[in-house]
Amino acid sequence: MQTPTLFALLLLLILVAYGTGFSRAVGAARSRGGIRSLASLPSYYGVHTALWCGLPALIILGFWLAFDDSIIRTLVMGGLSAKPESISGQNLLYAQIQNMAAGNLVGEATPQLTAAAEHLTSLRQSGQWLQTALILILSIGLGAFALLQISPEMRAREKVEKVLRAILLLCACAAIFTTVGILLSVLFESLRFFQTVPVTEFLFGLHWSPQMALREDQVGSSGAFGAVPLFTGTLMVSAIAMFVAVPVGLMSAIYLAEYAGKKVRAFAKPLIEILAGVPTVVYGFFAALTVAPFVREVAQSIGLEASSESALAAGLVMGVMIIPFVSSLSDDVINAVPQSLRDGALGLGSTKSETVRKVVIPAALPGIVGGVLLAVSRAIGETMIVVMAAGLAANLTANPLESVTTVTVQIVTLLVGDQEFDSPKTLAAFALGLMLFISTLILNFIALHVVKKYREQYD
Amino acid sequence: MNTMTLNAGEAVPAENKATKLAAEPPSVKNQAVKKPEEIAGTVGSPFCDEAKLRMRNVNVFYGETQAIHDVSLDIGRNQVVAMIGPSGCGKSTFLRCLNRMNDTIEGCRVEGELTLDGEAIYGSKVDVVPLRARVGMVFQKPNPFPKSIYDNVAYGPKIHGIASRRAELDEVVENSLRRAGLWNEVKDRLDKPGTGLSGGQQQRLCIARAIAVNPEVILMDEPCSALDPIATARIEELIDELRENYTIAIVTHSMQQAARVSQRTAYFHLGKLVEVNDTETVFTNPQHELTEAYITGRFG
Repeated sequence: MQTPTLFALLLLLILVAYGTGFSRAVGAARSRGGIRSLASLPSYYGVHTALWCGLPALIILGFWLAFDDSIIRTLVMGGLSAKPESISGQNLLYAQIQNMAAGNLVGEATPQLTAAAEHLTSLRQSGQWLQTALILILSIGLGAFALLQISPEMRAREKVEKVLRAILLLCACAAIFTTVGILLSVLFESLRFFQTVPVTEFLFGLHWSPQMALREDQVGSSGAFGAVPLFTGTLMVSAIAMFVAVPVGLMSAIYLAEYAGKKVRAFAKPLIEILAGVPTVVYGFFAALTVAPFVREVAQSIGLEASSESALAAGLVMGVMIIPFVSSLSDDVINAVPQSLRDGALGLGSTKSETVRKVVIPAALPGIVGGVLLAVSRAIGETMIVVMAAGLAANLTANPLESVTTVTVQIVTLLVGDQEFDSPKTLAAFALGLMLFISTLILNFIALHVVKKYREQYD
Repeated sequence: MNTMTLNAGEAVPAENKATKLAAEPPSVKNQAVKKPEEIAGTVGSPFCDEAKLRMRNVNVFYGETQAIHDVSLDIGRNQVVAMIGPSGCGKSTFLRCLNRMNDTIEGCRVEGELTLDGEAIYGSKVDVVPLRARVGMVFQKPNPFPKSIYDNVAYGPKIHGIASRRAELDEVVENSLRRAGLWNEVKDRLDKPGTGLSGGQQQRLCIARAIAVNPEVILMDEPCSALDPIATARIEELIDELRENYTIAIVTHSMQQAARVSQRTAYFHLGKLVEVNDTETVFTNPQHELTEAYITGRFG
C-alpha cells in the first residue's frame, strides 16, 4: 500500500477508534446507571482509544519515512561486490541504480547494476509491505488493547490530558529547537570563518572589502573583513528610522487612545496598520525612486553634497515602515492603563495633556519601551529598503547624506549568485549573521527584562 | 475608548431595574417601591443658608437615558453631606456633576443650575481645571498613581504651581500626609511606590493627594467600600477631622457610615432626591415612606 493511502486509512481507523471508545464507554455506563457513573466524560474514553490507536502508529510511520531510504541504500550498497572508494563515486553509482530501477536506463547496464536494481526494487516492495503490515497491526492491536481497558473506573481524562500536555510541550520545544538549530549552524560556519580571519580584525577592523582572489595571479585585494563600517551603517540607518518612528508612532498612539473619537479611531487605526502590510520591496522602490532623489535635491539646494543613495533616505522610509509597530503596541498599552488613574489625575485638576504626560505615559512606559525595542529589532534586521536606497559601499562615515551599507545588505550580497562555500568571503556572511543574531538577542532580552520589571506597577 | 466607568454603568440600568422590581410578585418588600414618576418632589429641607454648593433642578442624561431627575440640593459650608440610596439611584452621577467629572463620559449631558460660591460650575466660559482644583475627589477604589508616595502627594501642588521649591513641596507633602493621618506610617519610605501600600493606606494617600491641592470641597465616592472595618473607621475619623476646613459630600452604601460621619443626609431613589434632612432626623424619623423602607432594610 502506498504511504498516502496508508495514512488515510490510519486516519479512518482513528475516527473509528474514537467512535467505538465513546460508545463502549456509554455502554459500560448503562448498566451502572448512566454516564454519571463514569470516571470521565465518554468523549475522553473515545479520545483515549483514538490516541492509542493512532499515536504510536503515526510515530513509527514517521520514523519509517525518515530512515526508509538510508536503510535500503545501505542494504543495496552492501550487496555490491565492487564499488568505488570515494563518497561522490558511491553517490553516483547509487543514483544510477535508482534510475535503472525506475526504468530510465542511463549508460550501460552491467550485470552487477541490473542485479542491484532488482535488489532495490524488491527491497522497496517488501519494505512497503512490511510498513503497511506493521502500521496496521500496531494501530488495530493497540486500539483494541485500549478498548479492552475501558471500564467506568478508568480515569480516561487524566491519561488524555497527560498526552495532550506532552504534545503541548513538544510544540513549545519546536520553537526552541529551531532557534538553537539556527544558532548552531551559523555558529559553526562562523568558527570556520574565524579560523582564516582573526576575531579581533573582524570586530575592530575599519575596512570592509570582502573580495578574495580566486587565483594566485589575479589582481585584487586579499580581502578585508573589518565589520565596523557595517555596524555603524546599520546603527545609523536604524537610528534615523527610530528618530522618525518613535515620535510619530507614539504621538499617533496618544492621539488615537486619548483624544480621537470613536469614529476617527475606528477608521484611522486600521489605516495606520496597513502601513505594516506593505511589502518592504515596495518601500524600497519608494525610497530609491522618490525619497532618495528628493533628499539629494533638498541637500543640494541648501548647499550640501549628497549622494544619490543615502542613509537618510533609507532611514526615513524605514522609519515610516515601523511606525505601525510603535503606534499599534503603544496604543494597546495606553488603552490598558486603568481609567481610574486618569480619573484620579483629572479629579486633581490636571489638564488632559498633563494627565497624559504625567500619569498615563509613565504608567504605560514599560509597554511602550517593549514596542520600541521590537521596532528596533525590526529596523536592524530590515534589508530590502537599505539595499535599494542606501547603497552598497561600506563607508565608515557619520554623514547621513553619504551612502552606507548595513550588515544585512552585506549578507545578501555575499551570498547572492554562485559562491564557494569555503572561502572567507562567503563564510563572512555567517559571522555577520551571528553578530546580528547576538545583538538582536540582547535587545530582546533587554526588552523582556524591562517589561517584566515594571509590569505590575499599577493595579 | 472605554470611558464608561463604574458610575455610569451603575446609573444607566436604573429603569430596567425598576421594571424588573415591578414585575416581581407583590411582597412586603416590594410594596414600598414606586416607579420614578410616582415620586413627587423632595421631602425635608434641601436648602440651607450658608450654602457652599447650590444645585437647582439638575437633570443628567446618558444619551437617551435620564439618570437624574430634577434634583435641587444645597451643600453647606464645613458640612458633611451623605448621599445614600440603592445601587443605580444616581448618587455617584450626581456627585460627579459637582466637579464635572461627568465630562469624561461620552454622551453625558447635565442640565440645571449648579454653583460653587455663587459661580456657575457648568457653562462654556468655565475652565474645569481650576474648578477641579477647588473641588477635589476621592474615588471608590484607591487609585494611587504608579509613582512614589512623595510624588503622589506632590503631583497636584506641582501642576498647580502651589509649591515650586523643593522645601515648600516637602512641607506641603508632609502637611497633607499628616492631615490624612498617614505621615507616621510612611515618613520613612516616601520614595517607595504608592501602589505598595495596603488598601486603607492607599485610600488615605488618595485623600492626602486630594487635600495637597488645597481644595474647598472634597467629594468622596464610596471611599470605604473596598476597605476593611479598621481602615474604614480610620477614614471616618479623618472625615470628621477634615470637616473643620473642608466641605464634604460623600456617597456611601453604609447607613451606619452616613449616620456616623454626616450632618445632613440625602436619600436618592431611581434618580430622584426623595428626602433631605439632618442626619439624625433621617435616621430616627424619616418623613418619606421610601426613606423609611430603605433605612429599615426592607430593600436596598
